[in-house]
Amino acid sequence: MELLLDSLFNGVAIGSVLLVAALGLAIVFGLMGVINLAHGELMMLGAYTTYVTQLIFKLPILKPFYNSYIIVSIFLAFIVSGVVGILLEKTIIRKLYGSPLETLLATWGVSLILQQFVRSVPLAYGTGLVISLLIGLFLPTTFPSKIKESINFKYFKFSSWIFAALTGVMTGGVISSSVSKLSRASARNVDVTAPSWMRGQVEIIGTAFPKTRLMIILITLISVIAITLFLNQSAWGMRIRAVTQNRQMSDCLGISTEKVDIITFGIGSGLAGVAGVAVSLLGSVGPNVGGNYIVGCFMVVVLGGVGNLLGTVLASFGIGIMTDLIGAGRLLSIWPDMPLPLSNTINFFATTSMARVMIFALIVIFLQFKPTGLFPQKGRMVEN
Amino acid sequence: MRISRRILAGLATASLAVTATSCGGGGTSGSFDDTVTVGILHSLSGTMAISESTLVDTEKMAIEEINAAGGVKVGGKSYKIEYIVEDGASDWPTFAEKSKKLIDQDGVPVVFGGWTSASRKAMLPVYESKDAFLYYPIQYEAQECSNNIFYTGATPNQQSEPATDFMYKRSPAAGGDFFLVGSDYVFPRTSNTITKAQVKQLGGKVVGEDYLPLGNTEVAPIISKIKKALPEGGIIINTLNGDQNVAFFKQIQDAGITPSSGYYVMNYSIAEEEISTIGPEFLEGHYGAWNYMMSIDTPASKKFAANFKKRWGADRVVADPQESAYNMVYLWKQAVEDAGTFDDNAVREALVGQKFDAPQGPVEVMPNHHLSQTVRIGEINAEGGFTILEETGVVLPQAWNQKHPSSKGFACDWTDPSKGEKYKL
Repeated sequence: MELLLDSLFNGVAIGSVLLVAALGLAIVFGLMGVINLAHGELMMLGAYTTYVTQLIFKLPILKPFYNSYIIVSIFLAFIVSGVVGILLEKTIIRKLYGSPLETLLATWGVSLILQQFVRSVPLAYGTGLVISLLIGLFLPTTFPSKIKESINFKYFKFSSWIFAALTGVMTGGVISSSVSKLSRASARNVDVTAPSWMRGQVEIIGTAFPKTRLMIILITLISVIAITLFLNQSAWGMRIRAVTQNRQMSDCLGISTEKVDIITFGIGSGLAGVAGVAVSLLGSVGPNVGGNYIVGCFMVVVLGGVGNLLGTVLASFGIGIMTDLIGAGRLLSIWPDMPLPLSNTINFFATTSMARVMIFALIVIFLQFKPTGLFPQKGRMVEN
Repeated sequence: MRISRRILAGLATASLAVTATSCGGGGTSGSFDDTVTVGILHSLSGTMAISESTLVDTEKMAIEEINAAGGVKVGGKSYKIEYIVEDGASDWPTFAEKSKKLIDQDGVPVVFGGWTSASRKAMLPVYESKDAFLYYPIQYEAQECSNNIFYTGATPNQQSEPATDFMYKRSPAAGGDFFLVGSDYVFPRTSNTITKAQVKQLGGKVVGEDYLPLGNTEVAPIISKIKKALPEGGIIINTLNGDQNVAFFKQIQDAGITPSSGYYVMNYSIAEEEISTIGPEFLEGHYGAWNYMMSIDTPASKKFAANFKKRWGADRVVADPQESAYNMVYLWKQAVEDAGTFDDNAVREALVGQKFDAPQGPVEVMPNHHLSQTVRIGEINAEGGFTILEETGVVLPQAWNQKHPSSKGFACDWTDPSKGEKYKL
């Protein structure tokens, strides 16, 4: 019983890291069909946001609230990655819809640019830049419609970008002069330390579970529930689903597909940021942190069936449980006196490296029989 | 106001750096008769840049020190050392290519370079075919002895063997079972083969072993294996690479695998630099084994650390790989002066037997092109340094490990033509 519980928990823990990382991709790749190779780097931005938030919460004014920085950083990471994602959509991806190869190359280029950006720009000014983008993109949308419709709106837009740039530079300057760690560019990996209430273990039904893992499971759970509600209950969710199913018809019926694209991509990118917070709790934060997850993310989405959230959820927990079952050699402890050749085979695969090989092989075999994944999209699609 | 001052300071530093480089590349200054140009080849970009750039800094410092003390004196003439820095870009074939460039095009008499075993293996054929000489400063898995490489880092019997012995006999977990964790490449696998043989000799038991693929940070399966194999605590030998250590220590602490519950981790790849990255709060109470530790309380060690901080910034630290890099520049200088020429083959002969008063204590070049060194075992403390617990006498290097089944009974000696790379003892 304890073994089963332990194994199940480990499987769910590994699976939820995969799931939170793949969730944004499931939306961007699954619903929009955009192969976004910069997804990992959007995660990295989320992880760096956690690091910056942590340091800012160490300042004397915010020190009393230090313990809650991780909660704040979840929202900030969503916003930061979301804003960068929206900019990416507006400037690059929009022009490449319908040409997957070009999208793939362009987003790969973006991922390299983002990696080099965090290496060579001080994080304080990086933060300033994100704030400029945030203001520049959203300030014009808050103007009353009278101004928006006026012929001089472009001047208003232009001046709000100037205002945004100034605010960004100022925030960058203030942060860099008050937090010395953020004032210099460094390619070195940095470290996010969980607040003390999140370290250590908690005991549930006689078994001890690490708190950070529980936190990641919680983050994943909330993200999945929130995104399901959004897609199925809200008006924008309905529009997104409509555009996914038939873009031209939706356009004819008066849905602004342009806006839908921006929102979908923004949410997908924002979720990548949330995933960044989760992975920053597990390991160190560096320019390459996202790249380590990207292959796993695509694997989960493909295995689950493109365009299906339930498939993504099941696929990631499936992979998680398999990783634990094979990698930790659980079968041996369930059935200790199995025949020697079998137990030798299991022992051979019971290392992290070999378990990975085994799982990828199993996925490849599975996709031979069901090339569209666990839950293939049914019905006719205009794109096909 | 504060910002602008910062920018000014930055500009000043930048212009200073420009002046410094142009001096480095420029003509001889008045007090030298001639110049000699050496090659420095480490990764300045890519994954390894973080670690390898500290070696470039140290080698530059050593060269500047030698120049300030009058340069290299050969045949009554004093030579100023100049250097060409090449970037290996964390890409192993690039190391081979840049080595060819340094030897053929720049004609340097010596190259200081490399970090990973993979880069060394890539460079080895180049130096052997061109009969040139590479100085390699990192602790490594040994099982190699080239006439064209001089190894100043520790061999396994100068690091992992005394460490295993300490863990089994004198640590708080003495007599306990062993679990081996490492990154999945040649150094951890070779090092663990040696550890397994040694634990067997000591009468202990290795109850588990696992390798994490490079770049992977999911250690949950390893943790459940450790808990299953060592339910009451025990000894963990860790040969994980840089970043993976962060994930490993964060997650084992959350899983309750800590010194206070009887689990002690001995690390072979965590030096002062890595402690500050991972955070001492995750490492306190665990162990490390090195030849040099920053906390060594001798004038030579303190001077080395102080000079480095003075040259590169007060927040910088020095660690074992840097000390090895520092030693090799000085040993090359001594060998050249003794040989009376920059010629490779003469320097190689003069090199064996060279003694140097290194920051770690006296070292001497052995006939197998490795160094005799002192081994220290330290406990990681809350300040991010090591509290030195034990210090061996001088340990002679074994290029061919005497505990590894494939090399037992073999040795290397380049001073005797009948012995060479690998001969039976």
